[in-house]
Amino acid sequence: MADWHNAGFGLYLHWPFCQAKCPYCDFNSHVSAEIDQGRWQRAFLAELERAGRETGGRTLNSVFFGGGTPSLMAPDLVRSIIDQIRKTWPVANDLEITLEANPTSVEAGKFRSFREAGVTRISMGIQAMNDDDLKRLGRLHTVEEAVNAFDIARNAFDRVSFDLIYARQHQTLEAWKTELSEALSLALDHLSLYQLTIEDGTAFGDRYRLGRLPGLPGDDLGADMYELTQELCERAGFPAYEISNHAADMAQSRHNLIYWRGGDYLGIGPGAHGRLSLGSRRFATETHRMPQAWLEQVEQTGSGETARTELSQADQAHEYLMMSLRLAEGSNLVRYEALNGAGIDPDRLDRLAEDGFIEIRGTQLAATKRGRPVLNAILRELLVS
Amino acid sequence: MTDLSRIRNFSIVAHIDHGKSTLADRLIQLTGTVAERDMKEQMLDAMDIERERGITIKANTVRIEYPARDGHTYILNLIDTPGHVDFAYEVSRSMRAVEGSLLVVDASQGVEAQTLANVYQAIDADHEIVPVLNKVDLPAAEPERVREQIEDVIGIDASDAVLISAKTGVGIPDVLEAIVTRLPAPRGNRDAPLKAMLVDSYYDSYLGVVVLIRVIDGVIRKGDRIRMMRTGGLYPIDRLGVFTPKMKDIPELGPGEMGFLTASIKQVRDTRVGDTITHERKGATEPLPGFKPSQPVVFCGLFPVDSAQFEDLRDAIEKLALNDASFSFEMETSAALGFGFRCGFLGLLHLEVIRDRLEREYDIDLITTAPSVIYHVYLRDGTMTELHNPADMPDMTHVDHIEEPRIKATILVPDDYLGDVLKLCQDRRGIQLDLTYAGSRAMVVYDLPLNEVVFDFYDRLKSVTKGYASFDYQMIGYREDYLVKMQVLVNEEPVDALSMMVHRDRAEMRGRAMCEKLKELIPRHMFKIPIQAAIGGRVIARETLSALRKDVTAKCYGGDATRKRKLLDKQKAGKKKMRQFGKVEIPQSAFISALKMDS
Repeated sequence: MADWHNAGFGLYLHWPFCQAKCPYCDFNSHVSAEIDQGRWQRAFLAELERAGRETGGRTLNSVFFGGGTPSLMAPDLVRSIIDQIRKTWPVANDLEITLEANPTSVEAGKFRSFREAGVTRISMGIQAMNDDDLKRLGRLHTVEEAVNAFDIARNAFDRVSFDLIYARQHQTLEAWKTELSEALSLALDHLSLYQLTIEDGTAFGDRYRLGRLPGLPGDDLGADMYELTQELCERAGFPAYEISNHAADMAQSRHNLIYWRGGDYLGIGPGAHGRLSLGSRRFATETHRMPQAWLEQVEQTGSGETARTELSQADQAHEYLMMSLRLAEGSNLVRYEALNGAGIDPDRLDRLAEDGFIEIRGTQLAATKRGRPVLNAILRELLVS
Repeated sequence: MTDLSRIRNFSIVAHIDHGKSTLADRLIQLTGTVAERDMKEQMLDAMDIERERGITIKANTVRIEYPARDGHTYILNLIDTPGHVDFAYEVSRSMRAVEGSLLVVDASQGVEAQTLANVYQAIDADHEIVPVLNKVDLPAAEPERVREQIEDVIGIDASDAVLISAKTGVGIPDVLEAIVTRLPAPRGNRDAPLKAMLVDSYYDSYLGVVVLIRVIDGVIRKGDRIRMMRTGGLYPIDRLGVFTPKMKDIPELGPGEMGFLTASIKQVRDTRVGDTITHERKGATEPLPGFKPSQPVVFCGLFPVDSAQFEDLRDAIEKLALNDASFSFEMETSAALGFGFRCGFLGLLHLEVIRDRLEREYDIDLITTAPSVIYHVYLRDGTMTELHNPADMPDMTHVDHIEEPRIKATILVPDDYLGDVLKLCQDRRGIQLDLTYAGSRAMVVYDLPLNEVVFDFYDRLKSVTKGYASFDYQMIGYREDYLVKMQVLVNEEPVDALSMMVHRDRAEMRGRAMCEKLKELIPRHMFKIPIQAAIGGRVIARETLSALRKDVTAKCYGGDATRKRKLLDKQKAGKKKMRQFGKVEIPQSAFISALKMDS
């Protein structure tokens, strides 16, 4: 059995447009005045058909509409894509179809139509629970609007997640505690809580380099905030199942679990990445990042793919370890060894275990509570020799 | 062959930027020695580094033909001497090769410390000295005040000083005339056995070693077989000539004349500055006095940043050493820095010049360890060893006492900054020898330990005086003091590259500074790391680098896997630039910063 079967098969579809670009965001998003949704529909459907020819017999476990801002898509476009997916692949009984949404009133008005189109789960970018910070983060909604949108969503869907960004400029531990507590009282079954990361090539990145992004918490406060987050979420019944993701029992994002557990996924749309196992080989796929270029290539050649790179066994093993160690459940050492051809140096494991950063239960290796906030350092220890 | 009475040999003494090179250019230009189209700024400074830094490292000569007002044509030999204390011995030899000096002083700045040191060399060599006040065209020029200062500080008559502007050319003819009328002609005996002084030498990739000489007695001809009296080397002369400043062959050089020779000499090492050249047969019996083999006084380790470049570094150092007899080296290994060389230099400038040339001409990135001096370590068994590297310090239980080199430092400074300068010297364990005023400038003379000066004295002096102080020094010998070896321990492991000799009273301060600096430079690890400075087993300073608490990627989904994997690959490559000390990894850049001289 090919390794990806351990984690399942998903489909990621990228909608590359936003109403405005947020200053912290380094995702592939673009602001465009005119979007020909019909043209995009034809291109997406053509791509699904192409992908189906390679993977037609597989059972699909999950679909994720990401972006950009997919809640800006016309519900009919979403419906036609989902219909096409259902025609192309056999789907799991519990197929999860997530759509990322911004909590503005306009988009909330479309939630019911999305549900009718087949969407089963909403992931909402609330980001902050105070209006000043929302403005600073470049968001186009207020807290009140977000809370209303969340209400509408939870009435329309059984499963609704939302994102918050913390360790923001001038944020104190106390302020985050208040904000998170408020958010937790709202939470339905899932939250993603991200520490603000300053990325190159973003407006925040530019300002940071120029020294114009004051008041960012240092590592120690960042670590305190992370610890507090774990504590509050656990107490509220949303333990972390991944570094930044918290869920009630059985409410984990199945789609994201495919990434972290090393499954296969198709990447459809501008800038979407995929992992595809074919026979005994595994490939990383890429597409054009620029929306127009992607569209034109699909129209002219029938494929949006620009690169298909074979991953070596070692690359696969390293990817598996670095993705799966993000999970509370951790990595399976037997799977790692089968991919890599050799296990991890036991001395290094012992040392990290002795210092309390990792634990090994049977064949499962996991970062401990202490280890998770320094996971990059653990990975360096394990993989960089 | 020129009549002795029609020859004048001279040097130009000046502080950096007071216009020595510009004046030399003007003299060459005015006498038509160089065609206008071949003229470039600072004809005499051949190396890039010399031109860039405005310093002279190698002596140069140029022969100028000057039709004087008395109707005769004179041969003027200008020798451009190194202007830095590191090359004091070379300067002294150059000075002995000529009979007079032009003392060039910037009329808007006045006398500086370096001018003093060099003018004293000229006085020691019994030179006639013609004061020349340059930059008289500047609004800030105060020729009268500077004239007085020359008389007060240096003690020579400046009433006949020539006023010039080397930049505009004003007064240059008067300088030429003063050279002829005021400087003495050389003396020498044409019929005596050959005695020529080896003034300097350099390596030319086409000609081999080119030797600058001044003939004292006798006549040297192309084809002669010569003997170096100190080294014993025998060579047939291939080429003999003068610099105009281009090389121009001539059949012979007689007493009083200066020029060059080549003789299939392969290494500059085979030619010692101050040596006497004579004929192989019927040569002189006594060499010229004053020869001294050069001795390095400042040592440091040079290591390639990329350890794969060690062999390249070896090649480069060997090549440079061929052209520089005063530079010594031996292989050294360090747990921190790998393979490298312990190198000896005449002084800090010499160190910087060599390091710059290795980096620039040979394209090798270097780590330079803290410069140190030679200590005399007296053991209990009555023997003495020279300590060039703190890492080689014998066990203290065997040590009776340690002596360190001291210098006499002369500092000229506007009196506004005098207090800061005195404090700096005092902090560096200095003993005041003299303090005098000349106008609004003070001249202070201190007895200082050389190791305090090689650390960061120049930089501190520059910063406390906003660049207005000038500084020069000479070695005065060894003296006992309470010196100890300070070690640095990172996570209880000694880091050899960071150990240093310090005075016991200054150890705490230096130790604290080093620990604080390292705390900033070493990245956090998954555990806390004590950083300590210790003498013997006793910790005198300590900092703790707290454990890494947060290093995790917040968002990592399907689109991030490739990027994240490549980042790990990059970290694998970056690992080569880390040095492992027990469990601790110290980036090489941390050593570079910790060892910076201005630390």
